[in-house]
Amino acid sequence: MNELAIELRGINKSFGPVQANRDISLKVRKGTIHGIIGENGAGKSTLMSILYGFYQADSGEIVVDGKPVHIVDPNGAIAAGIGMVHQHFMLVDNFTVLENVMLGAEDSQILNKGIARAREELKRLERDYALEVDPDAVIEEIPVGLQQRVEILKALYRGADILILDEPTGVLTPPEADHLFRILEQLKTQGKTIIFITHKLREIMAITDEVSVMRQGEIVGTRHTSETSVEELASLMVGRRVLLQVEKDAATPGDVKLSVRNLTAKDSRGVTVVDDVSLDVRAGEIVGIAGVAGNGQSQLLETIAGIRTAVSGEVMLNGRPVDISGKADPGELRTRGLAHVPEDRHHMGLILEFEECESAILGYHGQKQYLNGSFLDAAAIRADAEEKIRKYDIRPANARLKTANFSGGNQQKIVLAREMEQDPDVLIIGQPTRGVDVGAIEFIHKRIIEMRDAGKAVLLVSVELDEIRALSDRILVMFAGRIVGERDGDAAEGELGLLMAGVEEKEAAE
Amino acid sequence: MDMLLLTLESTLRLSVPLLLAALAGLFSERSGIFDIGLEGKMLGAAFAGGAAAATFSSALMGLLAALVVSVALSLVHGFASITQRGNQIVSGVAINFIAMGTTVILGQAWFQQGGRTPALSSAGRLNTVELPFAQAVADVPVLGPIYSDLLSGHPLLMYFAFAMVPISWWVLYRTRFGLRLRAVGENPGAVDTAGISVTWLRYRAVICCGILCGFAGAYLSMALTAGFVKNMTAGKGYIALAALIFAKWRPVPVMYACLLFGFLDAVGIRMQGRPLPLIGEVPVQLIQALPYILTVILLAGFIGKAVPPKAGGVPYVKER
Repeated sequence: MNELAIELRGINKSFGPVQANRDISLKVRKGTIHGIIGENGAGKSTLMSILYGFYQADSGEIVVDGKPVHIVDPNGAIAAGIGMVHQHFMLVDNFTVLENVMLGAEDSQILNKGIARAREELKRLERDYALEVDPDAVIEEIPVGLQQRVEILKALYRGADILILDEPTGVLTPPEADHLFRILEQLKTQGKTIIFITHKLREIMAITDEVSVMRQGEIVGTRHTSETSVEELASLMVGRRVLLQVEKDAATPGDVKLSVRNLTAKDSRGVTVVDDVSLDVRAGEIVGIAGVAGNGQSQLLETIAGIRTAVSGEVMLNGRPVDISGKADPGELRTRGLAHVPEDRHHMGLILEFEECESAILGYHGQKQYLNGSFLDAAAIRADAEEKIRKYDIRPANARLKTANFSGGNQQKIVLAREMEQDPDVLIIGQPTRGVDVGAIEFIHKRIIEMRDAGKAVLLVSVELDEIRALSDRILVMFAGRIVGERDGDAAEGELGLLMAGVEEKEAAE
Repeated sequence: MDMLLLTLESTLRLSVPLLLAALAGLFSERSGIFDIGLEGKMLGAAFAGGAAAATFSSALMGLLAALVVSVALSLVHGFASITQRGNQIVSGVAINFIAMGTTVILGQAWFQQGGRTPALSSAGRLNTVELPFAQAVADVPVLGPIYSDLLSGHPLLMYFAFAMVPISWWVLYRTRFGLRLRAVGENPGAVDTAGISVTWLRYRAVICCGILCGFAGAYLSMALTAGFVKNMTAGKGYIALAALIFAKWRPVPVMYACLLFGFLDAVGIRMQGRPLPLIGEVPVQLIQALPYILTVILLAGFIGKAVPPKAGGVPYVKER
């Protein structure tokens, strides 16, 4: 078992002035699952792209099965027995599973002969690795979990012995992710070597045999997973100890700032997604809404923020009613002291093509301090953006850079800075740290606590239970559109888990 | 009966350039290269065909010149949009303008006939072929005239054009090249990661497009008429594009769409100056505009959504 499947020696790669990989040496043993963990931008994907022949390393050596290889394109990687499951699937959406698997590995010019053989081979692979999927199904009609299976089948069909999975769980639901882990275990027992790239510590602990940690283009440590801990890996990733538990004092709740009574909302298909929800958020407290994704939390936030129309119920902001019969105007809500950090920053929070300083005032661009008569005051806007960049440590510190060129964590900071610096009375936040790296998570959590301590009412929705527990003073659990329970901020994880799974209140209390 | 047969006969003749151009566009666009320059390529090929055929008194030389010019123009489009990752619409429009101007200037400079090429002798034309037994069965009622008048006696290129429909279908759906071509138009990333060159694949598609456009142009100046006339494509490239969208980028529906547009064209010519019962004389412009109006109406609601190849118009850049 000590044979090496892949050895990388002294890999260097620069993009212009940025050194993405610095003197990387890595040993991956045969028949193991080797995790590579690091923050966004640590160089994980670049390293794997070099291994798969997308980029050429500036220097260094790749050894596969004891033989030095020179991989110049994906063909070379495939020939060396390396297969890759990309973060964004490389599938043709309107092709069938079979056509996708065949593409690039057809036997002959005329398809007919190849198809029969491919079908046979696909059947064999499905049987051997328990990867059932209908070969004639069209990709765009099957769920994401199955699409990923097709990607794995593609690699196996090409005879891959080494599989690279780049952030494979990012698009999966928790049950799908669990299923994927079972598949990977199965592949491992059949002798395949797997390189598993992620920024989620939980997954590393759950599935890998060994783990290498990358930070700023370098490998800063390799450990046996059984001999390390989440805390050690996290501190390796960021270069210092991380406070996974946020420090905060007890809340001192004041007046009710946001009050929701019997709120009901439907989705576009007419299904009730928010069902008779009532809640209060007081000044100086954080109310967290826990729940498995898709239980109405998103729609609840959208309705309160004035993006979605309510069917019935009422919302009071600072003691005055909000018009929810039609759409409450989000702009008006903003002037009344409600700030909203939407769940999906790419579609609702930012305009990726805009410069940072423009994204930093979106929605507030009509305010006097940004205007010069009827025109935008570029100098004032830039000064304002630079102030926020300093205060929130947004990197790179360039207000003229396109928003799309910031990493996920920094984009999220841009949105948070915009909403928090308006000094709102009520702040509603959806998924504050989705797709955000560990260092930024800590920063964002601190800022949210600071908002609370400054007397703001904070309503927080997150699918990360740890986050809800770390930040909230009170926790409401949502299931199937209803609030099924309320607990204190220090409620046990197991108890919340039962509520989130829809187990009745009484049973959960027992 | 005679009237109907004549209209159908000209429908066939008029739909051939549309069909060849639309199939040309099919290959290009299915690979993700939008081609608004079908018109320009056809025009360039028509001129080259007419000029070479007149100069050498040889239909073969004409055909060859047409193909060379059309493929060259398509390579320019390919270079701009594949290698240089330029805007495909801009490149296509540029080709149309270049073709429109150059054909007239060169025509005037070489032949001094106001941008025309000299009328072709029969040696320079793509001659018609009689299908076997056409004379023998001409007297059979109904089927006889259909076979000997309607189907027989057309240039070889017409039979080639209609044969290209099943051939294109077979190439696209039954060969490795076709599978990859369709894939690269939907998700070039999938093709690249499978170890296939996106660039070379798209160039081959663009060359296929050039060849078919070349045939379309040659048909215009060497078969449909005897010589090149200034701006003789008269928007046929755009109608072919409309037919392509109309047919949702599929070969057999492309043929039906082209026949429909050819039919409208034929009816338009036949109706010129003739009053219709109740309505009176219909302006010829309205008839000429019918294919476009029909496309808009049908696209707006009758054929459902025409979804173009997903990667169409977008130059392929590797991640980051």
